[in-house]
Amino acid sequence: MMASSYSAKEEDGHHSGSAGLGGTAIRTRKPDNTAFKQQRLPAWQPILTAGTVLPAFFVIGLIFIPIGIGLYVTSNNIKEFEIDYTGTDMSSPCFNCSQSFSWNSTTPCKCILSFSLDQPFEEPSKECEPYRTNENKPIAPCGAIANSMFNDTLDLFYIDPNGTKTQIPLIKKGIAWWTDKHVKFRNPGSNPNLTAVFKETAKPVNWRKPVYELDTDPENNGFINEDFIVWMRTAALPTFRKLYRIIQKKNNMTPTLPRGNYSLEVIYNYPVRSFEGRKRMILSTISWMGGKNPFLGIAYITVGSICFFLGVVLLFIHHKYGNRNNNSDIPN
Amino acid sequence: MCSALALGIGSLEAAVKWMVFCVYVVELARSHERIRALSADRIPDSALAPVENGRSQRERRKRGETHLPLGKPGVGFTGVRMMGIISSELERCWSEMGFHLLKSRRLYSVSLQEFWHRHSTHGIFVFEPFSAAKMPFLTVVCGFCVARFQPGPAGCERKMRWVIVDTPTSPVTSGLPLFFVITVTAIKQGYEDWLRHKADNEVNKYPVTVLEDGRSVKKESEKIKVGDVVEVVEDETFPCDLILLQSSREDGTCFTHYTVPDTEKDLQALTAAIECEQPQPDLYKFVGRMHIYKPEQEPAVSSIKVKPAWQLLKPCTLFHLSLDRLKCFYEPLRRVLHESGPGQIRPTYFQQCCSLGATLTSLGPENLLLKGATLKNTKKIYGVALYTGMETKMALNYQGKSQKRSAVEKSINAFLLVYLCILISKAIVCTTLKYVWQSKEGQDEPWYNQKTQKEKDTNMYLKMFTDFLSFMVLFNFIIPVSMYVTVEMQKFLGSFFITWDKDFVDPEIQEGALVNTSDLNEELGQVEYVFTDKTGTLTQNNMEFIECCIDGFQYKHRDNRSELDGFTVTDGPVNKLQQKAGREKEELFLRALCLCHTVQVKEAGSEVVTDQVDGIDGMIHQPEEERGFIASSPDEIALVKGAMKYGFTFLGLESKSMKIRNRQNDIEEYKLLHVLNFDPVRRRMSVIVQTKSGETLLFCKGADSSIFPRVKPEEVDRIRMHVERNATEGYRTLCVAYKQLSAEEYAVADTGLREARLALQDREEKLMAMYNQVETGMSLIGATAVEDRLQEEAAETMEALQGAGMKVWVLTGDKMETAKSTCYACRLFQRGTELLELTVRTLEDGRSWSTANQDYGFIIDGATLSLLMNPPRDADASLYRNLFLQICQNCTAVLCCRMAPLQKAQIVKMVKNSKGSPITLSIGDGANDVSMILEAHVGIGIKGKEGRQAVRNSDYAIPKLKHLKKLLLAHGHLYYVRIAHLVQYFFYKNLCFILPQFLYQFFCGYSQQPLYDAAYLTMYNICFTSMPILAYSLLEQHISIEILLDHAALYREIANNAMLRWRPFLYWTVLGIFQGLLFFFGVRFLFSNPALQDNGQVFGNWSYGTIVFTVLVFTVTLKLALDTRHWTWINHFVIWGSLAFYVFFSFFWGGIIWPFLKQQRLYFVFANMLSSVSAWLVIIILILLSLLPEILLVVLRKPRGPHSRQMKRRLPSSGTSTIFMLSQTASTHSFSWSD
Repeated sequence: MMASSYSAKEEDGHHSGSAGLGGTAIRTRKPDNTAFKQQRLPAWQPILTAGTVLPAFFVIGLIFIPIGIGLYVTSNNIKEFEIDYTGTDMSSPCFNCSQSFSWNSTTPCKCILSFSLDQPFEEPSKECEPYRTNENKPIAPCGAIANSMFNDTLDLFYIDPNGTKTQIPLIKKGIAWWTDKHVKFRNPGSNPNLTAVFKETAKPVNWRKPVYELDTDPENNGFINEDFIVWMRTAALPTFRKLYRIIQKKNNMTPTLPRGNYSLEVIYNYPVRSFEGRKRMILSTISWMGGKNPFLGIAYITVGSICFFLGVVLLFIHHKYGNRNNNSDIPN
Repeated sequence: MCSALALGIGSLEAAVKWMVFCVYVVELARSHERIRALSADRIPDSALAPVENGRSQRERRKRGETHLPLGKPGVGFTGVRMMGIISSELERCWSEMGFHLLKSRRLYSVSLQEFWHRHSTHGIFVFEPFSAAKMPFLTVVCGFCVARFQPGPAGCERKMRWVIVDTPTSPVTSGLPLFFVITVTAIKQGYEDWLRHKADNEVNKYPVTVLEDGRSVKKESEKIKVGDVVEVVEDETFPCDLILLQSSREDGTCFTHYTVPDTEKDLQALTAAIECEQPQPDLYKFVGRMHIYKPEQEPAVSSIKVKPAWQLLKPCTLFHLSLDRLKCFYEPLRRVLHESGPGQIRPTYFQQCCSLGATLTSLGPENLLLKGATLKNTKKIYGVALYTGMETKMALNYQGKSQKRSAVEKSINAFLLVYLCILISKAIVCTTLKYVWQSKEGQDEPWYNQKTQKEKDTNMYLKMFTDFLSFMVLFNFIIPVSMYVTVEMQKFLGSFFITWDKDFVDPEIQEGALVNTSDLNEELGQVEYVFTDKTGTLTQNNMEFIECCIDGFQYKHRDNRSELDGFTVTDGPVNKLQQKAGREKEELFLRALCLCHTVQVKEAGSEVVTDQVDGIDGMIHQPEEERGFIASSPDEIALVKGAMKYGFTFLGLESKSMKIRNRQNDIEEYKLLHVLNFDPVRRRMSVIVQTKSGETLLFCKGADSSIFPRVKPEEVDRIRMHVERNATEGYRTLCVAYKQLSAEEYAVADTGLREARLALQDREEKLMAMYNQVETGMSLIGATAVEDRLQEEAAETMEALQGAGMKVWVLTGDKMETAKSTCYACRLFQRGTELLELTVRTLEDGRSWSTANQDYGFIIDGATLSLLMNPPRDADASLYRNLFLQICQNCTAVLCCRMAPLQKAQIVKMVKNSKGSPITLSIGDGANDVSMILEAHVGIGIKGKEGRQAVRNSDYAIPKLKHLKKLLLAHGHLYYVRIAHLVQYFFYKNLCFILPQFLYQFFCGYSQQPLYDAAYLTMYNICFTSMPILAYSLLEQHISIEILLDHAALYREIANNAMLRWRPFLYWTVLGIFQGLLFFFGVRFLFSNPALQDNGQVFGNWSYGTIVFTVLVFTVTLKLALDTRHWTWINHFVIWGSLAFYVFFSFFWGGIIWPFLKQQRLYFVFANMLSSVSAWLVIIILILLSLLPEILLVVLRKPRGPHSRQMKRRLPSSGTSTIFMLSQTASTHSFSWSD
């Protein structure tokens, strides 16, 4: 990729040893003759020229374009379905509303159900204020983030052609990072009875249930409730999506979600209208690169093409002007 | 309790932030004054320091004029100590002059009135000694902190009480880099302080012998009080400025006029008072008087004290001194008095003195032994301490080096201002948008983010202000605080390469280069004007007598032939082949050479002395080699040695009689009556001697221009050709003249000279007038030519400097012909160079030229220059100066001859302050170059023969002139490129570091949420990206040293601060912005779907920040790798090492639950990021994309060659014929320039 010249100055290396020996005998004010002190350390001196960068551009182009295509195809193969269930009218909130949609992917795959919020999200940086105490009891969990935890319930039903609704099993576990669930978040004390543990605390102001009633499963209750952990991993951007549930792949033969009509039932708790936010349910398949995101593929294809194009241009320039340039190069 | 603590912490945070801000402000206004000013404050305001020209020392300090000689060996100062018995009269004098006293140490100041109230009229006050170092070593750190923060905005402390800023980042985050900076700087300062302390102690604690109560007492040199009698033995340096009282030499040389062969035991009571002028910096001037009173009747009171009485400003104040209180007991002085004879001077004041029984003797510069000088050739002297500490002439002469600031630093400050503006505007934009956004319905206080009670209570405007401050804190990393540390380290460490360079080692002195200041390394790469001294710099200052001309006949000595008379006659220019001058003339000439000088014979040891005694008997020939001479100027020695070759040997001066051995081996003795010292204005010196037969003769030698007008014209004609021919050959020529004085003439001259010497006022003028009066009507006997060989490789060096686009000016005190020939020899003037001479002689020349493409050389002499500088009409001054500058700037080489030292500095100053303020460099070796060395941006001293004065005052010292080439072309060039790149890179990397953080505010509702984790914010500049750039800035050789030396023209590519101009700065800034945008939005698009793992789990904001940060660290490091042209193993180690360290640190930081952290924000974030393929892919592509333009630019950039540009040399108006005239008429001088 780079033209390089290796200019080792060996004679200096030899001198350094002898100078060191001589130096011990007589301390003169004469400086040591070491390669470092004489700024003569052997050095690799790469020079970027058109000739060396040119192949690099071609190589980058040739590598990036296939990667980009692969990414783009992968992303395109991801099936994603989105329902905005915010509702339009403030006075008639969509409690327990259900929306129907059809899903026509037949590939067996792991699917995820996410919710997406569109709120001008403000990262509260103050430790716990103003949600530290309520009625003279400490709030557990304290803080604005915990206080604003998403508490809608989403349920998915498969509507058989004959009209019966079958609930799709949604898996609650595995939606949070393993380390978060098992190391970072811990329930206080060793007492398995969370009700007793949290007795002296108050629930966050906006919560409907106290922290020890988040789930019936003791492995998913209290601070180690995965919905809570997911919420506590604050999103980066104001429009964000978070993993809500996983729909487990059954086996390689049957599709995870059979083709047909589905119904989403929402227990509407979380108010977003006051700040003109939106709420969405997203049903999506997942691939090795995560969720659907055409950006990466496009970026790779673009950069690959640019590199390839530049390679061509440089080749042209190199051929036309290359000889002239070489002559006036600084000798090295 | 808790809230109080929290409040305390809050205000602490605020304080830290304020300090960050203060530091910025201070750094911005960073100047040498910062620390120095404070260090100056620490020095007790020694109001005692006398008023000089109506300005007190304090004032001068304020103006930054007297910077203390910090850490300079030999110049370090002892405390101002003054001890005296003060009479009420003196008190009144002082209070009239507005002096007030300050007790040092405790900085306890009292006005004089109070002081006198508290103390008896005869109180004694003592000033504690103080040290040059800023503060006691142990207290350096806290002292430093005070020093550092003191100049912050006043009253910020009070504000902190009620402004508590919500901190987006923890105090540690902002504080740590600052702490780091402060620690490193404190360590450096402390180290330097320690060195200063050491140097101070060397000077201040230097043991000296003081005579007290008749006994010798060992004292530390700082304890010397004014008036102490100090004993100095051979090879010791004088601890302060002394008035010589007695010397062990019996022959009366050693400049002393008070030599009495008495020993200490004969001491008898003697009272004396010394009156002298205020301390002033001129080394060559001193005016004083000593009054000596009748000895008191008591037998030897064994205390020796000479009390000085300070001569105060107005002459009348002298009368207020009650002289009888000032007593001293010293016998020899009485004898001196008898010699000089009482009552020679007549003002009323002296009558008063005489009525007290006082006699008077004059003290001149020859009586003053300057501090720092070394006693040579004399076993022991006694002297009275006259000026001590800061008042010694040396200390007063010391100019602060710190005033020199490099152009790079100025650029940094300009850039810093830009970044400060960016910072403030960012904060303002964010604050404004925040409130605009919040003003919308529903956004002010959404249900999920309610305000705390405190927030609700606080005033809206105050909140805005605190928000603004919070944003400032959030974005403050854009200001590269750590750059200062890196720059300082780079300069400090980098300067070692100069000291280490073995090419600078001179085999003769076995020493390499010396770096006195590391602040100016990069300035070496920016030099535009080189001012060089001729003697000792361009030439070796190794004088050799070449030939002489006696009465119009030329004599040239050849070593191999040494016959009877030692003369070989070569053909004279006047075609008098094989002729000689008359024998009498020859001998007269040689006697003149032997007598007319101030050379001393160095005694090699006692046996030599006996040899000399034998020699007097005319039996034994002293081998000439053993005879050493000491003189103030080497050409005097050359002349004495020259005379020796022709058979006349100077044997020495004993008890005012000079002995010479003539060709017949007879000893001739001459009584030395007067020495009319050399001075640069007269440019000649004379001696008046008396032969045994009683004849009084005056011998004078000097420059032709100063001798010719004083001798008969017909004699001049015979010799002038010789002189001019010798001068064109590059020799130094001196003319010798003599005059016989009749008894009456001598009597007149003698009294005149004595009177003039005793004068207190206008002594210089009076002496000058007297000298001129005596030195007339002489007859010319001959001329000498002394060769001063060129330094090794002087010509090559000069050629290289010119090739590098520097303009070389030679500033010399020599005469024009000599200097011109040296210039030709150095190839400063080429054969084709058209010379423009502007000298008094060529004033009437009108010149015209038409060829525009020619090299011009310009010659001007001192007299003409002073005409230019001080024209009769003030209005013309600037016009003349501009014209002169224009001409000079368009000439390739300029020669200024016949320059006084001050004029040299004047020229440097003029060029320095001219348009575009070019960087100047002065190089010289002698004390006369010091002013020029100090004046120029970069001062270079040559470790030459003329002492160490120049070396000590220089910024860099090199053994030989030839080393200048490598110093500038290689070291200077590399330093400049390194530091310029360092500075640009620092700004760039901080810009693209903080830009994403700024952009992030738009996505988090302007809530001051930091994008990066605190650890990253802190470590970015300290650990992750600091080492590669430091290694780069120490090791980079974008072009190898050999090529730099071979192609001097490469130096032009970095001329005019090329890498730190606004264009490159803009380029780097744009690059930073581009990359910052790329980092942020690249990841932003990736995060449009934050499910980036194959299990569908999502990434949060810390992952976002970590990805951006990873891209950032890799990009800026790889950007540096792209710029590195010289990859040593250190570069490899540091670049790859810091990347590896980043990865390792991130794992480590995220891998453990840190007990001291409240929030484990980064727990497993990095590892999770690496487990995502998408994150990898986005990191790779973003790094590549951000480096792509850089790679393209490198490839497409025109390769830089040594022949790329040619300097344009043009005269002010080329094309048309230009007539340049300087005409002189009887009354006015006019200088006209016409097209």
